[in-house]
Amino acid sequence: MTFPTPFPGSLAAVPVLVLGDTLLVSLQGELHDGVAEQLQQDIAHRVAHSEATGVVIDVSGVDIVDSFLGRVIAEIAANARLLAARTVLCGMGPAVAITLAELGLTLPGVVTALDVDRAFELLRQDASTAAPGEAAGCT
Amino acid sequence: MTPASDPVTATSLPIGSDADLAWVRHQVRRFAAELGFGLVQQTKLVTAASELARNTLIHGGGGEALITPVTDAPARGLRLSFSDTGPGIRDVELATTDGYTTGGGLGLGLSGARRLVDEFTIDTTPGEGTVVTLVAWVTGVPAARPGSG
Repeated sequence: MTFPTPFPGSLAAVPVLVLGDTLLVSLQGELHDGVAEQLQQDIAHRVAHSEATGVVIDVSGVDIVDSFLGRVIAEIAANARLLAARTVLCGMGPAVAITLAELGLTLPGVVTALDVDRAFELLRQDASTAAPGEAAGCT
Repeated sequence: MTPASDPVTATSLPIGSDADLAWVRHQVRRFAAELGFGLVQQTKLVTAASELARNTLIHGGGGEALITPVTDAPARGLRLSFSDTGPGIRDVELATTDGYTTGGGLGLGLSGARRLVDEFTIDTTPGEGTVVTLVAWVTGVPAARPGSG
């Protein structure tokens, strides 16, 4: 990381919190491209090497989602799915949603919820409706 | 005619790193807010700026962004120009087609940004560089009140 930093503190890696069997990522403020790409790798490693079966990405703290960040989010969800975890994107504000749709980026493969609570609720429902044998299939 | 004390004047910003992209977004947001753009318009404008600034960085090898408040009385707006001295765009029509990409992205940068603003022009010469200019006007539609969204 050698680029100059007009904003102090904006280059810190995004923390990935573990809540039971779910990873919670809360995106805040300005997210540099490099930080977003690092996050994508972090989550894939965490999902692969932990008990996590769900990933919640909260974007209530970001002002915009452009095509780059949108692609990162879609790829995080795709990575997680390939690693047997479900991703829920939550917290998007109406202005961001309107802009993303007009941009042509509607993230069709990504499950959404209005807020973190509902995102966790969705993951719980998914877990309880999955057949017990299916969920335990690999262990 | 007394120009109202106007804190917003044209600003040129370098684009040479992803930190610069963040700074461009920040400054475009600030100008747009001061000019009275509503939240949705601000978001569209900042998003378009982010797409174009990233193109300047990735495809143009870096360059600069010029942010200029404009008036066409009574309308007020913001003009953003992104210029680079990179390889230029050989086929503008193709480059502004949804899904077309040379950079490994989604191919929505140029085509998407064009949809987000009122005016959009590309001036490019192969081998010499590209200038993409966009203008957005503050609409008369009452904007969402701050805090309501």
